Amino acid sequence: MLRLTDITVKFGAFEALSKVNIEVFEGELVVLLGANGAGKSTIFNTISGLNKLTMGDIQFNGKSVNGNSPDRMVKEGVVQCPEGKKLFPEMTVQKNLMMGGFVHRRKKAQLKDSLAEVYEIFPILKDKHDHYAGSLSGGQQQMLAIGRALMSKPKLIMMDEPSIGLAPLIVEQMFSIIREINKGGTTVLLAEQNANAALKIADRGYVIENGLVVLQGTSSELFNNDAIRKAYIGA
Amino acid sequence: MGKIFNQRNIIILLILFALVFPLIYADNRYVLHVMTIGFIFTISVYGMNILAGYTGQLSLAHAGFFAIGAYSVGILTTQGGLNFWLALLLAVLITCATGFVLGLIALRTKTHFFAIYTLIVGYLIYLLIDKWDGLTGGIRGLIGIPIPDPIGPITFESATSMYYLVLFFLLLAIFVAVRIVHSLTGRTYIAIRNSEDLAQTLGINTTMNKLVSFVISVAFAGLAGGLYAALTRFIGPDVASTHMVFNFLMYLIVGGIGTLSGPLVGTMLFIWFEQFLKSYQEYHMLIFGPILVFMVIFFPSGITGGFYKLKMKFQSAKNQKNVRHIKSIPVKSTKE
Repeated sequence: MLRLTDITVKFGAFEALSKVNIEVFEGELVVLLGANGAGKSTIFNTISGLNKLTMGDIQFNGKSVNGNSPDRMVKEGVVQCPEGKKLFPEMTVQKNLMMGGFVHRRKKAQLKDSLAEVYEIFPILKDKHDHYAGSLSGGQQQMLAIGRALMSKPKLIMMDEPSIGLAPLIVEQMFSIIREINKGGTTVLLAEQNANAALKIADRGYVIENGLVVLQGTSSELFNNDAIRKAYIGA
Repeated sequence: MGKIFNQRNIIILLILFALVFPLIYADNRYVLHVMTIGFIFTISVYGMNILAGYTGQLSLAHAGFFAIGAYSVGILTTQGGLNFWLALLLAVLITCATGFVLGLIALRTKTHFFAIYTLIVGYLIYLLIDKWDGLTGGIRGLIGIPIPDPIGPITFESATSMYYLVLFFLLLAIFVAVRIVHSLTGRTYIAIRNSEDLAQTLGINTTMNKLVSFVISVAFAGLAGGLYAALTRFIGPDVASTHMVFNFLMYLIVGGIGTLSGPLVGTMLFIWFEQFLKSYQEYHMLIFGPILVFMVIFFPSGITGGFYKLKMKFQSAKNQKNVRHIKSIPVKSTKE
């Protein structure tokens, strides 16, 4: 579904990504593991079209999507749920969600259905639909960020550290929701530092360090890898 | 309190006040004139608010577009002999067209570079008006701009009739601004203001939307400029001066940038304040300056913005109670 071939991204002289190869198949849940600054967000921003490729090729559903504008990528069905729950704090929950459906703004009936679906996944958002997004708790804000991304009916959703800054209980809940979203037919690419929780739900994973893919494999392979256990799981 | 002074009633009261205002000051042309000028500037500031306040792009060429509207009406009526209404319509269209072309170039720059670029564009417009003697009358200005042509039995000879004419356009401008801000288009602008990258990841074409916002913004300026030409009947290059654009910006910041009532509150407050300080002449800036600094430091979102902030804080505080409740539930460890 998504294939990154030798993608390299440079910011001036600094090489943020060097020859990264990643492949995601339809229906999969793939996790990118790595520390802060490893390049996970850069990979997402490059797929989204926010960063320019220096070298390499990105294919989505067999078509090259290099140089596509970010809004074009959303129309193609690739949506990003950025790190740090970037919401519109001065808009209500429902208006935030409707912003996520921007590319389908002319299809009123479809938007209504999408909204109902999101409210079904996150009932708390329905209860708080007329609250300002800025007044929600951390976990609720993360749910809203994911819900907003789902409003565009993506084929592939990229979630950047959905567990960041959340209480362990909420993290567990969040990951089981992500698993449900994936089971519902949406392919998920997840960037995480929380390897323990992420590998439990993922099919496969890649380990990113300093802009390089240093390791890849199925979740159980990675989970049982000594280096991974030492660096990310701490057991 | 909430029942009598709700938003709708306040708006009705304000409109009623604006409607009966000329009856109170029927024999005082000066007061009416100041009020009318204030309304015209308010229209222009509403335009500035859409671009700077809601889309987050601070254009300092706004007075330049105000001047393009004013000079279009002036030139088309005095030299072209056109009917005022046609000239006003053309003035708005000319301003929009100029805005489209200049916006296309200017919006390739971002943040402070955009502000500096547009400041230069505004100054170029000023220079063009100042030096192009043949067309604009240069430093002597354009004189003898006719009053608006009568519509049927309604004539615009008196100060009162001009007041009502401008009030009509002000209400129209506010109505349009409210509709834009409360629509998906307005929320799209807000999304761009908050974060261009985030807006893009939601599928918003930011370049297109910023350009449309720019054109809408200058349309307000063009309309205001056209009305200004008809009211004062004399215009000089100083309508395009940087002094003018910084006045607009001051009205907007003090009133509340990115709020719907901010432009009205800020402009009317300053216009009347300026009148009281008339005797100090240019020294009145000694008083305005510190006020502006005070506002920027303590009320960065202006008078009306401060009010909305308080409202949001109140709702957030109510929510915090629920969060505390959740925190009291014992959390079980996920570690194995």
